[in-house]
Amino acid sequence: MSKSQIVDEAAPFVRGAEKVLAEPKRSGHASRPPGEKSLAASPGTWFVWAGIGAFFIFLFGIISSVLVDSFGKPWFRTWLPENFTLSWYQSAWDKFDMTHIIGVTLIVGFSVVVISVLIGVPASYVLARSNFPLKRLVMVLFLLPILIPPITFGIPLATVMYNFGLGRTLIAVILVNLVPSVPFVIITMTPFIEQINPSIENAARMCGANMRQVFVRVLAPLLVPGILAAGILVLVRTVGMFELTFLVSGPSSDTLVVAIYRAMTSAGGSEARQLVSAMGVVYTVMMLVILVIALRFINPTQLVAQVKESRDE
Amino acid sequence: MSTATRRERGAASSASLRHRMAERGVDRKLLMLLPAILFALVLFVYPFTYGIGLTFQPLQGTVDKWGGGIFANYVAFFGDSFIFDSIWITMRLALPAALFNVIVSVPIAFKLRRKFRGKRFLSTMLVLPITLGTVLTAQGLLIFAGRQGWLNRFLIQSGIISDPLQLVNNYLGVTFTLVISGFPFAYLLISSYLSGIDPSLDAAAKTLGANWKQRFMRVTLPLLAPGLATTFILTFVLAFSVFPSARLVGDPLGTTRVMALMAYRSFAEQIDYSMASTIAVMMGVIELIVIAIVLLGRSFLYKGSTGGKG
Amino acid sequence: MSLSAGTFESLELKDVGRSFGGREALAELNLTIRAGEFIALLGPSGCGKSTALNCLAGLLPLTHGEITIDGKRIDVLPSEKRDFGMVFQNYALFPHLSVERNVAFGLQVRNLPKSEVHRRVAEAISLVKLEEHAKKLPGQLSGGQQQRVAIARAVVLEPRVVLMDEPLSNLDAKLRLEMRTEIRRLHQSLGLTTVYVTHDQEEALSLADRLVVLRAGRVQQIGTPEELHNNPANWHVADFMGYRNLLDLEVVGVDGPQVRVAGGGLELTGTAAQPASVGDKVRVAIRPHDLFVVEGAGRPPGSNVFTAVVTVVEYQGREFAVEVTTASGARLFVHAATAPPIGSEVTLTLDPKRALVYRFVLDSPDSTDTGSIEESRLAEVHA
Repeated sequence: MSKSQIVDEAAPFVRGAEKVLAEPKRSGHASRPPGEKSLAASPGTWFVWAGIGAFFIFLFGIISSVLVDSFGKPWFRTWLPENFTLSWYQSAWDKFDMTHIIGVTLIVGFSVVVISVLIGVPASYVLARSNFPLKRLVMVLFLLPILIPPITFGIPLATVMYNFGLGRTLIAVILVNLVPSVPFVIITMTPFIEQINPSIENAARMCGANMRQVFVRVLAPLLVPGILAAGILVLVRTVGMFELTFLVSGPSSDTLVVAIYRAMTSAGGSEARQLVSAMGVVYTVMMLVILVIALRFINPTQLVAQVKESRDE
Repeated sequence: MSTATRRERGAASSASLRHRMAERGVDRKLLMLLPAILFALVLFVYPFTYGIGLTFQPLQGTVDKWGGGIFANYVAFFGDSFIFDSIWITMRLALPAALFNVIVSVPIAFKLRRKFRGKRFLSTMLVLPITLGTVLTAQGLLIFAGRQGWLNRFLIQSGIISDPLQLVNNYLGVTFTLVISGFPFAYLLISSYLSGIDPSLDAAAKTLGANWKQRFMRVTLPLLAPGLATTFILTFVLAFSVFPSARLVGDPLGTTRVMALMAYRSFAEQIDYSMASTIAVMMGVIELIVIAIVLLGRSFLYKGSTGGKG
Repeated sequence: MSLSAGTFESLELKDVGRSFGGREALAELNLTIRAGEFIALLGPSGCGKSTALNCLAGLLPLTHGEITIDGKRIDVLPSEKRDFGMVFQNYALFPHLSVERNVAFGLQVRNLPKSEVHRRVAEAISLVKLEEHAKKLPGQLSGGQQQRVAIARAVVLEPRVVLMDEPLSNLDAKLRLEMRTEIRRLHQSLGLTTVYVTHDQEEALSLADRLVVLRAGRVQQIGTPEELHNNPANWHVADFMGYRNLLDLEVVGVDGPQVRVAGGGLELTGTAAQPASVGDKVRVAIRPHDLFVVEGAGRPPGSNVFTAVVTVVEYQGREFAVEVTTASGARLFVHAATAPPIGSEVTLTLDPKRALVYRFVLDSPDSTDTGSIEESRLAEVHA
């Protein structure tokens, strides 16, 4: 039986005990049992729910403002726009060639995911399973691109890209996005692999499987959930990555976020706000589609916990 | 000691070189690490060292104006208050935002730890803004919290205020975006750290007669503290490199003239790659100093197992 | 039953040793295993028994010595080529494969024809009585069932040797007994050569044809269960074999195999299990079952008669386990048919043949500093 199961089974027991303790005191309002129950009405709880509430108000406000704005004809001094129209989407496509931009965004996103998984997962296997000289140094090498601000390595990297004539190309955009993505895959996959019991690999070898068979038949299926989770996070990060992409992309290799930024700040007066909003909605819809697909596979808040549970089997 | 070395040598004599290397972890498995290392060297180490080299090749204009020979960029960085002040401006934005995100996430993660209906939905909603990205958040905030936006409109119509609040195009606007994009991240990390703490420890403290405040202060918090430090570092890194929102919802020439913005201006507007690299490198240095301080503090905390599922 | 064991004459370990960064986890292991034999490696945690098993499995390279089967070296072969089966402490079942496919795994990687895979898997599953669970995933099974799958997965390959690494230690007491019988039954019906690692002497005694007792990486004694049970080679083995009473005394007289030992007001006659001379510091090992409480009043004749005060009484089903304290303060464990009252004085007798006198020092001085091996490294190997 796994530890977590034991804990889960113990929890109702503890709660049950609490209930028993609480029973004789039921009559009075003030006489709550010590501990959990009194927390239910404490100011802390109000603070938590108020905080969550405020957060959701802002979140909802931001998203729906953009949404309403993108469909509004003129919208200035009223609660809602006077008329609704689809023309901003029309002009977004006319002016910016959105199909191309979305295509670029998806190509960049998926290439980065595939390449960083291919490079990152074997590396995390080694980091999870063996000790070797300079291992700490290698770990630091993979941690730095995540810790250092993107602009800090982005500017020298972009300079190098321009020197090599890669500036404003799709390849450059993919390459710069790999810099934080590969380490990200390594950092998330290493603990995932550590949690897979090594004696499972030993068992496979004792059954006569060679290294390749161990990888293909045993490790790969066990790694799929982790790779999916890491891949989806990389995809979301890459699609949303502004700083690095912005430094090297040009008109034909702009991803959607960069295109939106350029539309907001273009010289000689920015584009109409509603046009930008329309692009923003397209971006959100794209992200939502990715997320909905992703959530069919993983639950982001339980990424770590689920991994641990599956290992206990 | 001497017996140990004698044995070592004795052992070595009967084992092949490959054996002994494998003993130290050097075997064919390491080949799988090669692509990643190569990648890091080519796309990270090389450009980064190149960038550092670049900082010592200042433009003639910089040397003429600030002197200092090959160190002209650094002289300019520390001498030009327009650039130098951006350090404090960045800190004033990033530190409070990162602290706020971590501190607020703790009670919320705590509250949402227990099972209840709609928990999954609620936590998904909390994590959702990660996907919005800073640019979109900025656009939405401009509309929602602008002078004509719903927020001000509601506050005026309900009689709470008479004049619209200035919530965007200033320090406050950038702080909002940092919270909206940083909080979900902090919450996600802290709730996973929290789930790593064995709930039976809390139950044990309960049987020993500790009330919830004592349990939190004496059991949960000490176990959570290293995780909090890590979370702070990661949210700080996010906030420290704030760039698009400082430009879009901030006051890019005044209170939100952050370092990233200064570096980008040198890079794209002044085409001064060496000054841009200098500011970028200094950005990295300052951030690493903050991280080092936090890590130093964390090294005094309990680091062992938290008795959780792992 | 067509499942059988791979054939060979004998498996030989010659001077096998393994060290981790200069610390010896295992040294000078010499052992010849005949085909069909059931060998148990026995010792406390960190004694090197798991290291020995992992060396045999090829999961750890040797730093010393060689392993041969019928004269052919196998320690240079990788694990997958040794044709051994292994049962792991935590079962190590593939969590993503059903019971059936777990068992079939080894046959499939050998590219055996489908029909044969099917036949042998079905046979192995029926052997461990898991027919109804064949389609389930390991996560849906109980601990005992998982252990059966692990055993089926190992034996389906008809390996030359089956290695078992504390296979019962994660099971509860009742299941452990059941599985013990099961393993014995399998061994007897298939004639599988088995090397079995355990820290439980009862398990080792009941299962094995021969036992190897290890301490600090070194062999203490190799022998049949009877030999070890009745004549432990040193006090450490005795301690492990259930000689719960270990008294540190001094030799005051020697008369052939009989030795007079004394200390702290207690004087006993024992049998020298190791050479002893007057003045030696010795450790006397006595089983609780060999100490008898004298019923009724009066002092019986004989030399080994002494009194002690009852301090703890435990009910153990058919009898009582009693802890007594002698006048000198030494604590002794005794079995008694009736429960004496706490605090009462009892008279004890002891057959001199059943008081084994051992040298106090276990090994030659130079090997006492090996200590226990690095636990972390071991854990890495068989976690």
